[in-house]
Amino acid sequence: MCGIVGLYAKSDRIRENLGRHVGAMLTQMGERGPDSAGAAFYSQSDAASKVTAQHDSAEQIDAVASSVEENYSNASLKRRGSHLVIESSSTSSEMEAWIRSNFPQVRLMSAGERIEIYKEKGHPSEFVNNYALNDITGSHALAHTRMATESAITTSHSHPFSTGLDLCLVHNGSLSNHNRLRVKLMNAGVRFETDNDSEVAAGYLTWRLSKGDSLRQALAAALRDLDGFYTFAIGTRDGFAVLRDPVACKPAVLAETDDWVAMSSEYRAIAQLPGAENARVWEPAPAKIYTWEGDMNGEAAA
Amino acid sequence: MASFDLTDSTVRELNKHLHGSVSGKVTVSNPGGKHSVAVGATDAHEVEINGNVGYYCAGMNADASIVVNGHAGPGLAENMMSGRVHVTGSASQYCAATAHGGLVVIEGDASSRCGISMKGVDIVVKGSVGHMSAFMAQTGRLVVCGNAGDALGDSIYEAQLYVRGKVESLGADCEEKEMRAEHKETLQTLLKSAGITEYAVDEFKRYGSARKLYNFNIDNASAY
Repeated sequence: MCGIVGLYAKSDRIRENLGRHVGAMLTQMGERGPDSAGAAFYSQSDAASKVTAQHDSAEQIDAVASSVEENYSNASLKRRGSHLVIESSSTSSEMEAWIRSNFPQVRLMSAGERIEIYKEKGHPSEFVNNYALNDITGSHALAHTRMATESAITTSHSHPFSTGLDLCLVHNGSLSNHNRLRVKLMNAGVRFETDNDSEVAAGYLTWRLSKGDSLRQALAAALRDLDGFYTFAIGTRDGFAVLRDPVACKPAVLAETDDWVAMSSEYRAIAQLPGAENARVWEPAPAKIYTWEGDMNGEAAA
Repeated sequence: MASFDLTDSTVRELNKHLHGSVSGKVTVSNPGGKHSVAVGATDAHEVEINGNVGYYCAGMNADASIVVNGHAGPGLAENMMSGRVHVTGSASQYCAATAHGGLVVIEGDASSRCGISMKGVDIVVKGSVGHMSAFMAQTGRLVVCGNAGDALGDSIYEAQLYVRGKVESLGADCEEKEMRAEHKETLQTLLKSAGITEYAVDEFKRYGSARKLYNFNIDNASAY
C-alpha cells in the first residue's frame, strides 16, 4: 500500500496555498504509507533552470551551496530540509554536470525549469512539518507516502522519481517484471540508483521520452511493457497525468471544482480541499490515460 | 433520533451506537471520506449519511437501512447480511462483495468487481458496473441498468445477472439465458424495490452460469 496525492491549481487562491493544501492531503495519506514521503512542486521562475540537490549531511549541502555561490554569481539558493534548490541562468544540464563532477556524493533529485522534488524517509506528517510545505506556492504538485514492500526504506527509494526535465513519477503498487526490465534499460544507458521497482517505471518513461515519445505515447507503451499493479501519477511541466493498470486493484479517485483538479488514492485526502463537498468526483477507468495541462481538460482516450 | 457530526465524533462512537439494540433514526454529517462508517449495525436503525464516505461503509450490515447521500469508496456493504444500503452517487470497487442478503442500490455507477463472490444479496445499479463484476457470484441477483465491463460473471455459480445495456465481454462459463416470465417478475420486483421506474423489464437480458466449470472435466479444458 502507498498513498498518492496530486493537486492542480486553477485559481490564484489555490496557487498561493498550494503547499498547505498538499500538506493536508499528504497527512491524510500517512496511514497508507508511513515509511517515507516526498513531493514534487511546480512553480514558474525567472531563472533559466532549477536543480534540486540532496544530501543527508547538512555540511555537504552547505559546501555545495557556498561553492555554487562562488562559481555562479547569479544563482539563487533555497534550502528545505536536506535539499537545496539552485535556480540559475545556466541550463539545467550544465548545472547537473557541474554538481556531478564537483560533488559526486550529492544526489540530484530533479532538474528542469519549474520542478522541485523533496523526499525523505520518515512519517509523512513529519515531512510536512520538517519541510515547511505550508510556505510553498506554485501551479501544481504531486506527492507520495510509501509503505515499502519491494525494497529498502531510504530517501533514495522514496518517491517521486525524476523521469527527465520537469518530469516525475509516483507509484502505488508493485511491478513484477522490474528486474529484467532494469537490465534492458541499463543496457540502453538509463541510470538507476536503487533496486526499487518504481524507479524502473520511472527509468522506462525516461527512456521512452528520450527516444522521442510524447508522454501519452510513453504511457501507452508502459501499458504493454510493465507487468504488475500500478496507479501512476506523472508530474509534467504544465500539469499531471494519471494511469492505472488494466486490472485496477490499486485505488484512485479524481475530483474537480472551478478552483482545482485533484487526484488521490482515497477521497479523504481530497476532502481536505476547499469546496470538496461540491466537487465532481469520479474514479479513473483502468488502462486509460488522463492528463491535465494548462487549459486542457483531462480524459482524452488512451 | 441520534446525530453524529464526524468532524467532532469518532467513527467508533457512531458504530458503537449502531451496535446497540435501541434502533431509531441516526443522521451522520461530515463523513469526509472516512473509512468504516456505519459498519456492523445489528438492528433496524435508519441511518442517513450526508456526504462522501471512504472504504467499507455499511459492512456486515444486519437489518439497518443505510442511505449515503454522496459517493462511497471501495468495499461498500461488504459481507452485508440483511437490511438495505442505498447510495445516491457512485460506489467504488468490490461493492457488496461476499454479501449474504439484503438489498444494495447504487444510483450512479459501481466500479470493478461489483458483487464479487456475492452469496445471496440483491444489487441494483442504476448506472454501469466495471470489469469482473459478479466474479464467482454464488447466489443473489445483480441488476445493471447501464453497461457491464469486461468478464462479467466469470466463474459464476447460481447468481442471476440482469443487464439492460451492453456487456463488454462475458467471463468464463457465463452465458446469456432465456428471460422467462418468472425472471421478468423477479426483475420487476427488484426494480420496484430500488425505486427505479424508468426502465421496462423487456429492455434487460439475463445472464447466468453455463455450469460447465463446476467440476473439472478434461473436455472443458478449452473453456479455462
